[in-house]
Amino acid sequence: MRIACPFCGERDVAEFTYHGDADHSAKRPEPAQENSQAWNQWVYDRKNPAGEHRELWQHTGGCRGFMIVTRNTITHEIIKVERVGP
Amino acid sequence: MSGYRVEKGGSRIDRTDPVAFTIDGKQMFGVNGDTLASALMANGVSIVGRSFKYHRPRGLFAAGFEEPNALFTHMRDGVREPNLRATEIEIYDGMIVESQNRWPTLDHDLMAINQLGGKALAAGFYYKTFMGPVIGPLKGTRFWMFCEHFIRRAAGLGKAGTTPDASRYERVNAFCDVLVVGGRQEGVSQALAAAKDGSRVILCEQSAHALSTAQKDQLLVEGVQLLDRTCVWGWYDGNVLAAVERVTDHMRRPPKGMARQRHWVIRAGHVRLCTGALERPIIFPGNDRPGIMLASAALTYAENHGCLPGQKIAIFANNDSAYSAAQKLAKADANIVAIIDVRPKISEAAEQCAQAAGAKRITGRAVIGTRGKKRVREIHVAAWDLETGTAKGASDVIKCDTLLVSGGWSPVIHLASQKGEKPVWDNVLQAFCVPQKLNGMSAHGAAAGAFDFGDSLSPNPAPVLHIAYPGKAFVDLQHDVTADDVALAHREGFISVEHLKRYTTLGMATDQGKTSNIPALSIMADALGKPIPEVGTTRFRAPYTAVAIGTLAAERFGDLQPKRLTPMHERHIDAGARMYEAGLWMRPESYNQPGENVEQAYVREAKTVRTKVGMVDVSTLGKIDVQGPDAAIFLNRVYTNGFAKLQVGKARYGLMLREDGFAMDDGTTWRLAENRFLMTTTTANAAIVMQQMEKMLAVHWPDLRVHLTSVTDQWAGVAIAGPKSRDVLAKSVTGTAVDDMTLPFMGIVEGEIDGIPVMICRLSFSGELAFEVYCGAHHGEAMWDALMQAGQPLGMVPYGLEALGTLRIEKGHVTAAEIDGRTTASDLHLDWMLSKKKPFIGSAMIDREGLTDENRWTLVGVKSLNGAKLKAGSHLVASEAKEEPGWSLGHLTAMCFSPELNTYVALALLENGDTQKGRRLFATDPVRTGTHLPVEIIDHHMVDPEGTRMHG
Repeated sequence: MRIACPFCGERDVAEFTYHGDADHSAKRPEPAQENSQAWNQWVYDRKNPAGEHRELWQHTGGCRGFMIVTRNTITHEIIKVERVGP
Repeated sequence: MSGYRVEKGGSRIDRTDPVAFTIDGKQMFGVNGDTLASALMANGVSIVGRSFKYHRPRGLFAAGFEEPNALFTHMRDGVREPNLRATEIEIYDGMIVESQNRWPTLDHDLMAINQLGGKALAAGFYYKTFMGPVIGPLKGTRFWMFCEHFIRRAAGLGKAGTTPDASRYERVNAFCDVLVVGGRQEGVSQALAAAKDGSRVILCEQSAHALSTAQKDQLLVEGVQLLDRTCVWGWYDGNVLAAVERVTDHMRRPPKGMARQRHWVIRAGHVRLCTGALERPIIFPGNDRPGIMLASAALTYAENHGCLPGQKIAIFANNDSAYSAAQKLAKADANIVAIIDVRPKISEAAEQCAQAAGAKRITGRAVIGTRGKKRVREIHVAAWDLETGTAKGASDVIKCDTLLVSGGWSPVIHLASQKGEKPVWDNVLQAFCVPQKLNGMSAHGAAAGAFDFGDSLSPNPAPVLHIAYPGKAFVDLQHDVTADDVALAHREGFISVEHLKRYTTLGMATDQGKTSNIPALSIMADALGKPIPEVGTTRFRAPYTAVAIGTLAAERFGDLQPKRLTPMHERHIDAGARMYEAGLWMRPESYNQPGENVEQAYVREAKTVRTKVGMVDVSTLGKIDVQGPDAAIFLNRVYTNGFAKLQVGKARYGLMLREDGFAMDDGTTWRLAENRFLMTTTTANAAIVMQQMEKMLAVHWPDLRVHLTSVTDQWAGVAIAGPKSRDVLAKSVTGTAVDDMTLPFMGIVEGEIDGIPVMICRLSFSGELAFEVYCGAHHGEAMWDALMQAGQPLGMVPYGLEALGTLRIEKGHVTAAEIDGRTTASDLHLDWMLSKKKPFIGSAMIDREGLTDENRWTLVGVKSLNGAKLKAGSHLVASEAKEEPGWSLGHLTAMCFSPELNTYVALALLENGDTQKGRRLFATDPVRTGTHLPVEIIDHHMVDPEGTRMHG
């Protein structure tokens, strides 16, 4: 697999680290909600979609930047890569 | 009555260059250019293998990678490489090979008695026979475990060796616009055409000598990169293809340092499949006797190697390609006695070929059986009704010593199938072909189903792949699966092709069913009463052919493996240190003096630290430079304990958790300036901690103005520990005082050692008065030397990982062995570090029921009661009986000989450990050492629990 890093260009997947579901990751509960159901769900529950999936990846073997990779989990086709952060 | 070398022909061999090799201890001769298979044929060897289950004698069946029978073990320098196809082994002078799965020899295999058990060894044999009784000593799977030992001996392939493989393997990354797979005529034209269009082209051809010198020159001129002896075996997402190049396997003496095989990772814009097609057999009773082979294989041996498989050759076919082969074989001096064809009528062109070959035409008939003990001696032929698919009438006997079969051709579409392209059944070709549109890939020539047998011969076979007649007809020769097995599996309800495959093990041998796939589907289709496309085919998976594990490991092992060396590495080597691999790092284990073993060395080193002073290289610790106006707020969220109010010039021990509340890592972090911290992590977790913190900043806390830089390799560090450690610094450090007032516990000062700028922090892992001294990496050796010089008069010694471990075990300090991803802060008695005043990563999850259960495994100390050496990883059990140890109550995480307690001690995680002090248990290690040792549970602070030494 090859990922087009928005900062470095197309690189081999071996240079990247997967950090999970991007949309899920963005929903981190407020720290004040201690021990709530929300935290439990956020830490443990994951969707396993067949089809398009927005994934959080980091270019650890390169610029170390983060990106959201929209990928089809059936065909493995990468549809879009967007940078995260400023 | 067996194979031989003819007088002429053989485009790939040099008859003037004899090559001697040894097979099963017997010397044979071939010539340069021979494969092991062609050399065996030239030597008249008929039996080249024994079958998997029944130990039936088997002969050469194919000439390429699809060969199912001729598997051999190659030996070089004591290293065994089993299960290699004789068809791809190129012989060299002095080569040693061994046959497989026979006892005592290939010609006389006593295990052939298995044939008598034929019915019992049918499909599902293992599942049916070894379901043990419900009760009794052999209940459940125990019966299987009892029998397995004997079965493994009788059934199987080659034996793996125990000698380490010292060969070198390499990985190569390659990029191209067009990758052409397969270098026969079609592949060469495709490569040249693509290159002329200005593309960067790589051409891979799996066999040696497939291309002529003229072709190679042409490719060179057009700038095509040619990789021969290179098999493309896998397709991966994004048109990344994997190939293996056999670099030195064919050489008598591989040049020193040259890789045996190369693992190519090729990123291709477009892939052109010129992989050709494989001939497949027709399945009939007795089809596995030596002397029965594919027609195309015989032609390959004749044309490439000048060998013929026998003196009286019969051919059994359902298509025209066999007639072309017959004519060419006759030209190479073969004696073709008859061509049996299931079709009642054959074309004019086929008729002409047969005449030219001088072969008798027997049409509308099929081979229904064969005879011959060690080789086919006669075949039985009966009339065949194409409509009903049955044989009728009496059979005739034809005498022959070789039977060539041709059941039509299947395009090699493995790479397209791996890509996920669903093969399309072509009813005319009776074959699965690639679909019309292939993204990023295209098929050409025979791989696309465009067969050309010349002379207006038709490429279309009659739809007959199985001659249903009583007798053992083998579908999968390598796994000994018969047509009856397939039918039986169907009767037992395995009607999906994927289930059928797994139940019968059809196509699951090392040849992955290259020749057996389509005939098997045809039998399955007959059983189901459905056409083949409705039965479907299984998806091919990588690898296309067997690939040595060493090739995939490539640079990850051996002398090409990258190593991380600390700046003081050479000093450790000079001091006689035994080096230890910790991840990629090389770290000194112990500095053995002459006559000392590791234990004596680390005990001496640890004692010296406790009584005088020692120095250890800590450069491998992860170091992260945390800078920015919000750095303190950031660390306050990352660590469980408070960091916001840490004073400049002070350090603090910190603990971090994962989001789920389990402990992740610990280390000290130094506040160098208002907006600047130097964080240290454990050696093992440096990368993980960095990633977690980067993710927090990028995704969750983008408002924090913090920048992280890994500086692990920029700083060299040592720890100086022991009662005299301050004296060593006092003698060597200038520009600052190091007394208790200037440098209190957890204080930081800057100064110089021999002109080198250094940072010194007073902190302790060993429990003694201790300091960590950091300097720029390039000054590491000079700093080490200066400190060593200052310390030697005080009795300072360097100490290694073992002594470091001993000192921390005695103090009950944790490392990655205890922070193993399953322990919480309170399991490790670090709950005092959990701030109640602020949230931190993991804080919301630490009070969950499961994490506060009083029976959790917690950190304890363990002392050997009989003075025997403990083994880390042993389980703690209550029962004195070694044979019935009972439940595991915990396990030992680390052990050492403690000079302070004068016995072997360990740290352990033990169920409800806090209440177990003084309890006597047993440390059991049934699998590795077989030891079962009495121990006592003690406090994990074994030495100086009040910490007076490090504060003093």
